[in-house]
Amino acid sequence: MRRSLQYLGFTAFSLVLLMSLALHARSVRAHADAGLNRQSALVKSLQLTDLCLTTEARYTRHPSLADRHAAYQDHPLSLEHFPSGSLIMPPPHLREVQ
Amino acid sequence: MIELVSITKSFNSGKPNQFTAVDNVSLNIDPHQITILKGPSGSGKTSLMTMIGCMARPTSGRIFLQGVAAALPYQQSGSEAIEITSLPERFLNEIRRATFGFIFQQFNLIKGISVLENVMLPAYPTGERRADFRTRAEELLELFNISRHAAKRVDDLSGGELQRVAIARALINNPSIIIADEPTAHLDSKLSHEFMENVARLKGEGRTILIASHDPIVYDAPLIDRLVEMRDGAIVDSGRKR
Amino acid sequence: MNRSLERHLNILDFTLSSLSRRKGKNLSLLAIYLLVVFILASLVFFVTALKREAGMILQDAPDIVVQRLVAGRQDLVPATSVAEIAAIRGVTAVRSRLWGYYYDGLIGANYTVMADDATAAVGQAVIGAGISKARNLAVGDLLPLITYQKNPLMLEIKSVLPAGADLMAADLIVIAPDDFRALFNFPVNMATDLAISVRNPKEIGTIAAKIVELFPEARPVLKSEIQRTYQSLFDWRGGMTVVILASAMLSFIIFAWDKATGLSAEERREIGILKSIGWETGDVLLLKFWEGIVISLTAFLMGVVLAYGHVFFLSAPIFAQALKGWSVIYPRFQLIPVVDALQLSVLFFLTVVPYTTATVIPCWRAATTDPDAAMRS
Repeated sequence: MRRSLQYLGFTAFSLVLLMSLALHARSVRAHADAGLNRQSALVKSLQLTDLCLTTEARYTRHPSLADRHAAYQDHPLSLEHFPSGSLIMPPPHLREVQ
Repeated sequence: MIELVSITKSFNSGKPNQFTAVDNVSLNIDPHQITILKGPSGSGKTSLMTMIGCMARPTSGRIFLQGVAAALPYQQSGSEAIEITSLPERFLNEIRRATFGFIFQQFNLIKGISVLENVMLPAYPTGERRADFRTRAEELLELFNISRHAAKRVDDLSGGELQRVAIARALINNPSIIIADEPTAHLDSKLSHEFMENVARLKGEGRTILIASHDPIVYDAPLIDRLVEMRDGAIVDSGRKR
Repeated sequence: MNRSLERHLNILDFTLSSLSRRKGKNLSLLAIYLLVVFILASLVFFVTALKREAGMILQDAPDIVVQRLVAGRQDLVPATSVAEIAAIRGVTAVRSRLWGYYYDGLIGANYTVMADDATAAVGQAVIGAGISKARNLAVGDLLPLITYQKNPLMLEIKSVLPAGADLMAADLIVIAPDDFRALFNFPVNMATDLAISVRNPKEIGTIAAKIVELFPEARPVLKSEIQRTYQSLFDWRGGMTVVILASAMLSFIIFAWDKATGLSAEERREIGILKSIGWETGDVLLLKFWEGIVISLTAFLMGVVLAYGHVFFLSAPIFAQALKGWSVIYPRFQLIPVVDALQLSVLFFLTVVPYTTATVIPCWRAATTDPDAAMRS
C-alpha cells in the first residue's frame, strides 16, 4: 500500500483510539457512581473535609482547615517549608525514623 | 510551433547593474524537429529557453505556442496559438507541466529518494492517479534500461544513469516539447553520444526538441534539423540547417 | 477519484519519502515532541479528573466547619457551644468532631485519627487502605498505638475501608470517642471542631455570620471555601509541575523552532528543483504543510492516547513524586476519567499549529522564487 494511505490509516486509527478513549471515559463515569456514592457516604458519615493527597503535614493533609497564617508543624518532621516542601525533602538526619 | 516576437529580457532594469540577456529576438521554431541553440555561455540561450518554457516572463515581446495540450478554461480552439506571456501564473504552470519536459545541466535530481520517485516527481501535483503515472514511470525506466535501479537512491548512480533518469523524468507527463539546457556539459564523449541517441528516439516519437549547447557532439550531430547561433543576447545565425 | 484528493495523496507520499530520508533525526524529533505532549496531556487529564472528583465528593462535606481560634491558632471547642449554635434558626444539626494526627514512628507515617461511635466500638478501629498496606494489617489484626501517657492502646481492626475510598481516607483511623480521648489525653467536654448542617444552602453565609457574632473567636469554614481550596490547590500543584517542565519545554521549543524554521541550503535547492519541474508555489507549501502535520499531529495523537493510559490505567506514576512530597502513605489514584474537548483543543492549538506554521512560513520565500532559479544555479 502506498505510504500516504498507510499514514492516513495510522492517523485515522489514532483518532478512533482517541475517540474510543473518550467513550471509555464516559462509560467508566457511568459505572463509577457506586464508588463515588460509597465515598460520599463516608464523607457524610464522618463529616470529612479534605482529600488524602499528601499526608506529610497538617497543611497538606487538611489544607482547607489549616491555620490562616501560622506555621504548620503537626508532623514531627514537618518544618515550615512552604512551598519548597513539595520539591525538597528535609535533611536526612531529620528523616531518620526513630 | 513556437513563435517568438521581439523578445527582450533585462535583469535589474533601472539600476546601474542592468544588463540585457536577450535583446529583441524573433524566432519561429518548427514542431517535431530538433533545434539547437548554440553559443558561448552568457549569450542568452538559457534565458531564452526559460521564457519559452514558461519559467520566466520576457521584459517585452510576445511568445505564441500552438497546439498546446493544456486545459485552459478560455482556450478558443486547438489550432489557434496561445499567447503565453500575458497568462496568469496558474495557467503558465499548467501549460508548463503539460507541454514541456526539462532536462537540466546539473540533472537536478532529488538526493536520498529513489530513482522511481524522482521520475514520478513532476506528476505528483497534477492530481493524476499514482498507479497510472507509476506504470508510465516504470515503462520509461524500462525504455532507458535503468529499471534495475528503480528502487535505488539517485546518489548511488553513475553520471550516465543519472542523465537517463533525468530524461525519463522529463517525459513523465508526456510533453510535446523537450527543453534541454547544456545536457552534455557533465558527460564524457561516449555518454554524450548516447544522449544524442536518446534524443533521436524522442524525435522519432514526434516531439519537438530544443537544446541549448556549445558542445560539438550536440550541434554537429547529423540528426539535428536546425542550428540557431546566439551571441550577446541576439541571434547571429538563425539559418535553417545546412 | 477526485483530482485534488489525489494531489494531496501524491504530495503526502513525497512528504513521507522525504521525511524517511533522515529517519533518525525525524524519529527522535517525533519522540521528543511526543514526550512533551504526553506530559502536558497527562497533567491536563490528572488535574481535571482530580478537580472533578474532588468537586463531586466534597459536595457532601459539612456545610460549615467551625474552628475556635486562640491567638490566631486553632484550639479546642467547648462542647457547650454545640447547643448555642444548634439554636440558630436554619441550622439542622451540629456535630462535634474529634480528630487529630498520630505519628507512627515505626514507619514514619502520619495518620489522621477520627472518633466516631457509629463506626467503631471501644477497642476497635476501622482503618484506611493506605494504612492497611503500609503496616500490612488485615481485619482482625491488632493495631498497637502509644497514648500520650506512653501506654499502649491495642485496637482490633474491625474493617478496612475500600481502596476506592483512598482519595478521602487512605490514612484514616476511625476509633471510638473514648479510645480517642485516651489516646491523646483529650479533655472531656471539648471537641476539635464543629460540623454544622444547614437547611438552606443559600443561608450558609448568613449563619456563618451569626456564629461569628455569637462567638467572636470562631472561624467558620464554608463548604464553598473547602471546594475553592481544592480547585486552587490543584491549579497550584499543576502549575508547579508546569514550572519544572518549563525549562525542558522551552529547550524543546527552541530546538523545534530551529529545526522547523532553519531552511538549509539543501532544502532550498530541493524547492528550486521542484519549482523547475513544474510544482507550483502552492504545491511546495502543501508539501511543507504535510511535513509539519506528519510530525506534530502524530506526536499529538499518540501523546494524548499514551497520557490517557498513563493517568487512568496506571494511576499517573510520573506525577506521584511531585504530589507525594515525602509523605509515607500515598493513595492509589483510581481516577474517574474525564476527557475535556476544550482542553484537548487548546493543547492541539499549542502543539500542532505552531509547529506546522513554523515549518511552512520559512519556505514561503523559497517557494515563491522563480522556477528558472534552479536552472541558473
